[in-house]
Amino acid sequence: MKDYLIYFAQAYPNFRTAELESLANLHNFSLDLSGHDEKNPFLIVQLEDDEQAQKILERSILARGIYELWGHGTNYEELHQDVQKRSCDKFDTYKHDTFKFNFESFMGSKSNKARIEIIESFGYLEFEGAINLKKPQQIYTVLEEYKVNGMEKANVPLNIWFGRQIQLSARMNNILDKYDLKRRNYIGTTSFDAELSLVTCNIAQVRSGKITYDPFTGTGSFLVTAANFGALPMGSDIDVRMLKGKSAKCNIRETFKQYGTLGQYIDVLTMDFTNNAFRSNFVIDNIVCDPPYGVREGLRVCGAKNPEKAAGRENHEIDGQKAHLRRDFIPPKKPYELSNLLDDLLSFAASRLPVDGRLAFWMPTANDDFQVNQIPQHENLELLYNLEQEFNKWSRRLLVYIKRDESYKGETRNGLKEENIKNFRERYFRGFSEKSR
Amino acid sequence: MKFLTTNFVQCAVKSCHSSLTSFPLQYEECQLVQQEQDYNPEFIVHMLERLDWNAIVQVAKDLGNESLPANKPEDLDPIMEDSQAVLRDLHTLLVETQIVEGKMVCKNCGHIYYIKNSIPNFLLPPHLAN
Repeated sequence: MKDYLIYFAQAYPNFRTAELESLANLHNFSLDLSGHDEKNPFLIVQLEDDEQAQKILERSILARGIYELWGHGTNYEELHQDVQKRSCDKFDTYKHDTFKFNFESFMGSKSNKARIEIIESFGYLEFEGAINLKKPQQIYTVLEEYKVNGMEKANVPLNIWFGRQIQLSARMNNILDKYDLKRRNYIGTTSFDAELSLVTCNIAQVRSGKITYDPFTGTGSFLVTAANFGALPMGSDIDVRMLKGKSAKCNIRETFKQYGTLGQYIDVLTMDFTNNAFRSNFVIDNIVCDPPYGVREGLRVCGAKNPEKAAGRENHEIDGQKAHLRRDFIPPKKPYELSNLLDDLLSFAASRLPVDGRLAFWMPTANDDFQVNQIPQHENLELLYNLEQEFNKWSRRLLVYIKRDESYKGETRNGLKEENIKNFRERYFRGFSEKSR
Repeated sequence: MKFLTTNFVQCAVKSCHSSLTSFPLQYEECQLVQQEQDYNPEFIVHMLERLDWNAIVQVAKDLGNESLPANKPEDLDPIMEDSQAVLRDLHTLLVETQIVEGKMVCKNCGHIYYIKNSIPNFLLPPHLAN
């Protein structure tokens, strides 16, 4: 095992370990991230080889880069001593490669002049390859961590690492810009932001050649990010208007075209998730979604709001044909409870996912009365992650489950139902109590 | 709706799920178009293992194509030349054939679903929902 240094972005620090663990697991190796501290963007991990390092980082959204660690110090003198002591065997390996130096500084920076001096201080490496700024064979990176006290800008770093760059993340290759909603031709009020939908797909282990299903597709946010990772996306939504889009140039299919992933796209269906038309032996590999909680879109399923009034309507005829069998028939919808929908979602996932397949969805919770038991559970699904994104008075949580085989004995329960928490929308608009954070 | 998708959907009515006749649906009065799409042989290979071939043959027949072999093509490899022609044909059939308008009828309960503007609609009337 060798030491590698991961440098994280300053975004959703509590999602970091879930993302990297999931990516390592996707490539069939385990990764010990127990040393991670959310306040610290630098983390040293142990890996077999560069290939593992490359595999966990290339799809990552929350990390920036990974480096083969050559040395560490709290000042440059210490750093140089450490590099010479622990990495001198590496100097020869890369002696003739073209190279360049990079700097990464957290909470501080150095002038170009100071940087050149630092680069020169590494003269003992005795590299003979040419410097190549455009396409070097090796990139050596000096990573500095500064500590800022109050308003004063620190000018001396607290920690310095030196390493050989192995892989920059998808984030550093501009994936966030690419999928930015502002640049997407078809979006709506329910479109999910690019960064977190990419993270969701990573933790859900969306992957090449596998079917990813979003039962609440909307404008297709999760489908397009899933396709970015090679998945074959299918979606459904109860609202045909969302699936149809705004025009021939502004719809879900066009979005796939925009991202060059149309070749993977399967279809979207108008469907009430609770009356699902996928044949029961059709294997769905991953499910990712943001169920409608009724904040922007009311939660509705097919059915009559008032069953007594609707009784007998199935016999109603227009022009000698049963009304409900006509092309222009619009099925009525009735309100539905979130707790029931989540039950449906978990049972569906439990019956359709293959063993080890993952379900990832977002669930809103009010901060003043959230308790872990409100997270729904299913006996065949193990809850892997419960990751909170905090807003002012409420949070949403990314819940990620894995389907287990028969030997797994979980518990089926639904705290929302037990505590009679009915409607998130109501709570949202009524305002959460003053006790909320 | 791609021809491919006909292989994944059945009648949405719960009491039909256990019926062997609710899949595949019967396709009637369908209007088809060929919509050109980049040829992606890996996609076809991935899909092939998930297909219920009997249903493919049956739906193709509904749509007026009786030329499909009775058995699922097997061991296709995008690198092999003799696989190429089969994969191309499957691509044309499964991916490029779009059902723009049409009816899907459940052979068990007789409910009619419509495909409108290429999007199939599986919403149920109240007496069939839940």
